[in-house]
Amino acid sequence: MNPAALEAVGLTRRFGGLTAVSDVSLRLSVGELHAVIGPNGAGKSTLVNLLSGELRPSAGSVRLGGADATGWPPWRLAQGGVGRSFQRTNVLRGMTVFENARLAAQSRAFGLSRWLRAAAAEAGPIAGARAALARVGLSEAEGAVAGTLSHGQLRLLEIAMALATAPTVLLLDEPLAGMGPEEGERLAALLKALSRDHALLLIEHDMDVVFAVADTLTVMVDGQVLERGPPDRIRASAAVREAYLGHEV
Amino acid sequence: MIVASRAGHAALALAALAVALMPLWASGYHVQLASTALVAAMFALSLQLLVGAAGMVSLGHAAFFGIGAYAVHLLPAGLSILFTLPASALLAAAAALPVGALSLRTRGFFFLMTTLAFGQMLFFLFHDTPLGGGKDGVFVSRPALEAFGFAFEVPRRSRPTVLLLLNLGVLAAMYAGLAALMGTLFGHALRGIRENEDRMRALGYDTRRVKLAAFVLAGALAGVAGHMSAMTEAFVNPELLGWHRSAEGLLMILLGGLGALHGPILGAAAFVGLGEAATLLTERRRLVEGLVILAVVLVLPRGLAGLRLGLLRRREPAPVAAAAAEP
Amino acid sequence: MDVSGLLAQVLNGLQYGLLLFLISSGLTLVFGVMGVINLAHGSLFMIGAYAAFAITRLTGALWLALPAAVAGGLLFGALLERVLFRRFYRREHLDQVLLTFALILLFEEARSALLGNDFHSVPAPAVLDFSVPVTAAFSYSAYRLAVLAVCLLVAVLMFLGIERTRLGSAVRAAAEKPEMVELLGLDARRIHMVVFAVGTALAMLAGALAAPLQSVYPNMGDGFLIVSFVVVVVGGVGSVAGAFWGALLIGLVDTLGKAYVPGAAGLAVYVLMAAVLLWRPGGLFARGA
Repeated sequence: MNPAALEAVGLTRRFGGLTAVSDVSLRLSVGELHAVIGPNGAGKSTLVNLLSGELRPSAGSVRLGGADATGWPPWRLAQGGVGRSFQRTNVLRGMTVFENARLAAQSRAFGLSRWLRAAAAEAGPIAGARAALARVGLSEAEGAVAGTLSHGQLRLLEIAMALATAPTVLLLDEPLAGMGPEEGERLAALLKALSRDHALLLIEHDMDVVFAVADTLTVMVDGQVLERGPPDRIRASAAVREAYLGHEV
Repeated sequence: MIVASRAGHAALALAALAVALMPLWASGYHVQLASTALVAAMFALSLQLLVGAAGMVSLGHAAFFGIGAYAVHLLPAGLSILFTLPASALLAAAAALPVGALSLRTRGFFFLMTTLAFGQMLFFLFHDTPLGGGKDGVFVSRPALEAFGFAFEVPRRSRPTVLLLLNLGVLAAMYAGLAALMGTLFGHALRGIRENEDRMRALGYDTRRVKLAAFVLAGALAGVAGHMSAMTEAFVNPELLGWHRSAEGLLMILLGGLGALHGPILGAAAFVGLGEAATLLTERRRLVEGLVILAVVLVLPRGLAGLRLGLLRRREPAPVAAAAAEP
Repeated sequence: MDVSGLLAQVLNGLQYGLLLFLISSGLTLVFGVMGVINLAHGSLFMIGAYAAFAITRLTGALWLALPAAVAGGLLFGALLERVLFRRFYRREHLDQVLLTFALILLFEEARSALLGNDFHSVPAPAVLDFSVPVTAAFSYSAYRLAVLAVCLLVAVLMFLGIERTRLGSAVRAAAEKPEMVELLGLDARRIHMVVFAVGTALAMLAGALAAPLQSVYPNMGDGFLIVSFVVVVVGGVGSVAGAFWGALLIGLVDTLGKAYVPGAAGLAVYVLMAAVLLWRPGGLFARGA
C-alpha cells in the first residue's frame, strides 16, 4: 500500500453534548478512492470538515504526509496539498468561471515574495486553471459569471477549483448531489480517473456510483466507523445492512 | 472592484488636466477648494482599498489620516517633503499594524466596532494629552519642497497653485499604484476575499494575513493623505482623527460607487462640492449633509448602494470580456 | 489609598457601568435581533439628556423627565423603526452606518436649532440633593445612589421580561438565531418594533438619569456610544447578560483607571478590549466561544 497522504487518528468532535464524530481513524493514499457512506447525520460532513481544517478536533490527530497537522487552519492544509469541494456549492458567484479557477490556481503561487506579481503575467496559474476546467468539462463556460451557472455546472466548478490548487488529497463532499443521471455518470468516471493520481475521499449517497468507483469503503453510523473494507465485503456485511434499516445496499 | 476602462482613464486624465489648469481659469478660493477635494479623494481612495477591494468596512480609518497629518507637526520643521511624506506613511502604517492585527480577529459588525473604538482611542490620545499640542489643534510649518540639494522656494502668491499640482500628482500616483495593485496576485486575493472569504481560506489563502496587509497599506496611504492635508492647510487638530471623518470617507465611497476604483475620487469631489453648496444655502451644514445621505441610502438603487457585487456585475459585462481577452 | 476614596470610586464605577448597561443592552439587542448597527444610539442618549434639561427648566421637576424619557423613547423608537430602520435590516453594514450617521447629523442639528450649542447643568432633584452617610467617615450623593437603584431596577425588569415573558423568550430566540423567528411563526415585525422601541427608551432614560451627573452638551452621546461599543465587544453581541457584566466591568475599569492611573487617562478600557480580542475574540460572555 502507498504511504498515507492524509491520515486521521482517533478523530473526535463534540458539539456541546453531541458527539458528531467519535474516534474515527482513516488513511487516504494516492491511487486509492476511499468512499465514506452512512445515513444522514452519521458525521460524514463533519469528518470532511475536520480533515480540511474547517473544524478543530476535540480529540485525535490529523497527519499530512506523515507529519502532524492537527489544528491547522484550512489555508495551511490547502497549501499542504489538501483540496476540497463543499456539500453546498461554495464558489465566488460574482466572478467568472475562469476567475474562480484562476484564483484557486494562484493560491499555490501565492508566496509572500510573489504577492506583487502581475496576475496576467503568471502563466502557471492561468494554464493550471484552464487545465482544471478542461478536466471537468467546463472550458466552454469559462467566461460565464459563476452565479449564472446551472446547478450541475456549479458542482463541476467546485471540483475544478479543488483541482486547480494542484492537490495531492481531494476531499469531495457529495459532488454528485442534485446532478442528472447522465452528468452523474460522467462525473463518476472522472472521479475514478482522478483517484489514479490523487488520494481521494468521496462522500456520496448514490450507492450505485459508490460501489462502482470506490476501492475502499468506510461505513459511518452515529459518528463511528461501523465497517470498513472493499466494496464486496461491505455489500455482504450484515451490520451495514441493518444500519441502513432495510435500505438496499 | 473594477478598474476603469481605457475610455474611463481617458476621461479621468482629462479631468486631471482641467484641475491642473484651474489656476488659469478659476479663482484662488476655488483652487484651494480643489486642493481640499484632492486630499479628501486621497483619503477616500485609501479607504476604498479596504471597503471596495476587500469588503472591510472600517470606522477607524481617519485615525491613520490624522496620524499622518500630526507627523508633520511632530517632525522637526523645515525637513524636505521627500523625508516627511514617507515618514507620515510609515508612522500611520505603524499605528495601523497593531490596530489591524487586533481588529481582524473579528469580522463584520465586530470589525466595525473595534476599528471605531481603536480609532477613537487614538483620537483621545491627541485630544486629551499634550502629545499633539492639545484639543484645539496647532499650526504646522509646511515641509520644504527640496530634493537632492535643489530647494524650490514658493512665492506666497503661487502657493495655492503649487499645492494644487502637488496634491494632484500625489493623488494620481496613488490611483495608478492602486490600479496596478488590483492586477497583482495580492489584488486578486483581495477581490476573492470580498466575494467569499471562507472559500478563499479553503483554497489555501491565509486571508487574515492578506487583509492585514491591506489594512496596513490602506493606513499608510491614509497617512500620505493626512500629510498632504497638513501641508495644504498648515494646520492640524484632533478632529482629523475622529470617526466622523471616517464616516465621511465611507460616504464619499458610497456617493462615487463602490464597484470602481475611481469611485472615491468622484465621491470626494461630490462631497466637497456638496459641502460648499450647503454652506452657500444655509448655516446648517449638517442638516444638508444628513438629508443628502438619507436620500442616497434610501433612494439609490440597492445594487449601487451595497457591497452586492453580484447585482453590480449583471449590469457590467466588462469582467467577462476581460477574462476572455486574457492569454 | 484610603478606603472611603476607593469605596466612592467603586460606587461611581458601578453607577457609570449601569448607565452603560442601559445604553449597550439596546445596542446589542438591536444588532442581535435585527442585525442593524445603530450609530445614532448615542444621539438617543443625548436626546434623553436634553429632554431632562428642557423638562427641568420648564417644570422644575427632574423626576418628570424619567417617565417622559421612557414614554417618549418608546414612541420615538417605534416611529424610527417603522419609518426608517425597517428598510435596512437586510442591507449592508455600509448602508446602515451611513443611515445612522445621517441621523446623528440630523439629531445634532435639531438639538442645535431647538436648544442651542451651550453647555448646561441640570440640578439634581431637591429631595435627593443631600449625601447619605455610608460609613462613619464617608457619605455618598443620594442622587447617585438613586441612579444606581433605578438602573438596577431596570436591569432586573429587563431580565424578568426576557426570561419570564413570551415576548421575551421570542426576543431571546431571535437574538440567538434570527431565522428562528419565522420558524416559530412569531410576528417578526412586532418583535423588531418592540426591541427597537425598548432600546431607544433605555438609551433616553440613561440620558435623563445622567443629565444631573454631568452637564449636557453637544455630541455628548459620542463618548457613550464608543464606550458602549467596547462593552458589546467585551461582553459578546446579542446577549443582555453579556452587556450587563461587560458594562459593569468597563464602568469599574474606566472609573478606577482614571482615578488611580491618571496618566493612562481613558486608555484602560481600550487595553481591556484589546486583551479580550486577543483572548476571546467572541466576547467574554459569549456562549460556546
